[in-house]
Amino acid sequence: MSTVRDWAVPNPITENRSGLIGKPVDRYEGRLKVTGTAPYAFEVETPSTPLYGHIVSATIARGRITAIDLSQAASAPGVVLAWSHLDVPVQAQRGAKLNPRSQRGSNPALGSDRVEHYGQSIAFILADTPENARSAEARIRISYEASDADLDFGSFIDSAGPVPGEEDARIGDFEAGYSASEVTVDATWFSPLQNHAQMEPCATTAWWEGDKVVVHTSIQMVKGGQHALAETLGIPSDRVRLLTRYIGGGFGGKGQSYDDLTLAALAARESGRPVRVAYTRRQMFQATVHRPAVQMRVRLGADGTGRLNAMALEAVTHCARNSTFVEHAAEFARNLYAAPHRLTGHRLVRLDIPHAGAMRAPGEAPGMLSLECAMDELADRLGMDPIALRIRNEPEVDPDNAKPFSIRQLVRCMQEGAQQFGWDRRNPTPGAVRDGRWYVGMGMATAIRGNFLLPAKAGLRLTGDGLATLTQGMTDIGTGTYTILAQITGETLGLPLDQVRVELGDSDMPPAPGSGGQFGAATAGSAAFETGMVMRRRLAELATSDPRSPLYGEDPVLMDFANGNIVLGNRSESLAALASRAGPEGVYVEGSISPAADARDWSQHTYGAQFAEVGVDSVTGEVRLRRMFGVFAAGRILNAKLAKSQITGGMIWGVGAALTESNAVDPRYGSFLNQDLGGYLAPVHADIVNLDAVLLDEADDKANPMGIKGVGELGICGSGAAIANAVYNACGVRLRDYPLTPDKVLAALEAKGL
Amino acid sequence: MRTEIRVNGVDHAVDVDTRTSLLDFLREQLDLKGSKKGCDHGQCGACTVLVNGVRINACLSLAVMHDGDEVTTIEGLASGEALHPLQQAFLTEDAFQCGYCTPGQICSAVGLMAEIAAGHPSDATADLNAKVILTDAEIRERMSGNICRCSAYPQILAAVRRAAGAAA
Repeated sequence: MSTVRDWAVPNPITENRSGLIGKPVDRYEGRLKVTGTAPYAFEVETPSTPLYGHIVSATIARGRITAIDLSQAASAPGVVLAWSHLDVPVQAQRGAKLNPRSQRGSNPALGSDRVEHYGQSIAFILADTPENARSAEARIRISYEASDADLDFGSFIDSAGPVPGEEDARIGDFEAGYSASEVTVDATWFSPLQNHAQMEPCATTAWWEGDKVVVHTSIQMVKGGQHALAETLGIPSDRVRLLTRYIGGGFGGKGQSYDDLTLAALAARESGRPVRVAYTRRQMFQATVHRPAVQMRVRLGADGTGRLNAMALEAVTHCARNSTFVEHAAEFARNLYAAPHRLTGHRLVRLDIPHAGAMRAPGEAPGMLSLECAMDELADRLGMDPIALRIRNEPEVDPDNAKPFSIRQLVRCMQEGAQQFGWDRRNPTPGAVRDGRWYVGMGMATAIRGNFLLPAKAGLRLTGDGLATLTQGMTDIGTGTYTILAQITGETLGLPLDQVRVELGDSDMPPAPGSGGQFGAATAGSAAFETGMVMRRRLAELATSDPRSPLYGEDPVLMDFANGNIVLGNRSESLAALASRAGPEGVYVEGSISPAADARDWSQHTYGAQFAEVGVDSVTGEVRLRRMFGVFAAGRILNAKLAKSQITGGMIWGVGAALTESNAVDPRYGSFLNQDLGGYLAPVHADIVNLDAVLLDEADDKANPMGIKGVGELGICGSGAAIANAVYNACGVRLRDYPLTPDKVLAALEAKGL
Repeated sequence: MRTEIRVNGVDHAVDVDTRTSLLDFLREQLDLKGSKKGCDHGQCGACTVLVNGVRINACLSLAVMHDGDEVTTIEGLASGEALHPLQQAFLTEDAFQCGYCTPGQICSAVGLMAEIAAGHPSDATADLNAKVILTDAEIRERMSGNICRCSAYPQILAAVRRAAGAAA
């Protein structure tokens, strides 16, 4: 097992001799995407004419189906089959694992007469056209027996229970420390239920080849989906080939498979035809996971100089009745600021609504909307600059566990951000700056998000045409995986990018954990790097042991790789020639990465500072972003252009969280009030003005051999808090109930007599 | 219902289910899957195509309504290997991530350029009597019917600007 010391030696990536690392090259698959020729799951070519499946969803929150009559639907024009729980083919029980090593258990669809949430699949129609499948739904007759359902999070907050297996994190004596503090803040924030709203609804195309099923599905984790389907069907996983080459947005919501996968596979088996199934936009809201609402109470106690003495963040959130998911909104606070007396923890409410799950930066995204505003309130109370307050509480070691930081450039992020944003032009007095009918203000917040490395493998083949093809059961959800793996492979082998191919998203390929938790680049990338190093060693052995090579007899350790050649001094041979001699298959190697044995000896995070300027309309209460800027530190950057896109995209998610995005449960039906993109307001072009970001030079040699870290989730962290703080600076009202919509702002302005 | 429709320069005379949206017709019958189904009810813009040069949401329109029309989809913009200037600009500026909204964004931007050239005002046009010019505010306003959940908005703005600059 490696230690981080093993990683600290120079390697082709850290030396970056051909300059591919960091280079802002265009997206590897970009041409396919701008020409509309990248096939997403619903669109892949099928071996014969496909059928179309349509899922029918429950319209009660909880209860059972007492009667369901599909006969009229089954005899509708073009319909091939119609299923409910009464006639769906046999599937393994939910969660069952035939193979104990399966990453996911059985995920049956239409498994019983029980309805556990609104929007649950209860019937399925397969027809020759999408129109016939959908119109047959109107012919289904269903009767329910509804049971009492717990739907309203707000009414259960006070009775929320502990999270099984978790205890509050306590250091020092929070209560004593807090009550002894000179200046305190005690306030409660609310972040509502949010939806991923990926542009591509979940979809699957499936067909059978003998006893093996081929499924193209939109999922972030290849192995999890493959295993879930195998377990559901009760077959070994090598009889499921899962492909997911292009994914129209995931953001955590496609971390698992849904009923489109199960039903497409079952219907393809039953009909003997390829089957396409997609959720409708409305189904996406309730049939897939969401970010749960979180209530967060923050208490801060400081001395007169702003030094924190006590800090508490207590979060209450919810999940589905039979679920274990927890939005860990308090966790980030453990590593952010120094304070001797600390308390963080979570409480959970179980509801009869669709499943809560991971959504971009789970934990930090809602969590930082509380603490980072509480710090702003504390700064205001102390008469201190918010950046100065944070610098005063910058810890020397991780305040949670006393571990040294691998690298922490948070202060530099704040200082450089302040300078580039023009923070010195901020008037600290709220409501002091007007622009016509607009109150104008500035706010800032920090960003922190953990960094992870998981075990992963990759394959690499060098062929006689001089092409290197990297293969990995990894996904690219728009994050840039294809591109960065090409850059890593090219730099490692000394090959120009046009001689590198990357193939992803296939369960037949060496496995990687997929996209999530901003671990993708570091994990998949490190595996690609290690595989490239295996290839270098293999090629060096081949050349030096082959009398036909000009490098014959030399020490393989001395070989260098540049410009498509293996080189020693003034002698060289092309990689193409080496691969040709190895045979028609060329040279194939596999490699892998695992976390270092001592990886947990360091506190390892990505950091940033967010700055926002907003206008608050004194007449309508509308908040408009005027400009936004962030500085981030996230290890070595593999592609400056794509990394920045990830970061700015995340920042814009924060704008949505602060100003527009919200869902709520209809207490009558257990449905969501917003079931489309006209009601659920993700930011649009007109909402985003003058938004930019900078990534600092950094290399984290404790992270992995390349010193890289994730950037996919960092941008959303603290982003919304910077906006809320800017709203306060603009008009002097503290709003703690997100999103900060005009109705709330206007009421607050009126309450202040403005 | 018999419908004659010209798509990307190719004439089609087909019998179409009267319930079939233009989007499903393009995707499922002509196998032009570049136009995307994001919401299927006119709220996301991923299905944007050009009908007789004007951008519309293909999901909100029935195929049979387009008898005699000329439709251009994302597949019809490039000339052989040469990308349309907007396609190239999206690539250069990294104006997309997952790519699912991208065909709609690009078709929408093509429509936008034509609207500007024809002098059509928008909510962001300050002076309705003056010549409409392609400001950042105009681009943001006119592209707001195309949601990008990856939120490549700053990059899309730069791409439209780049392509407009190249065309000017």
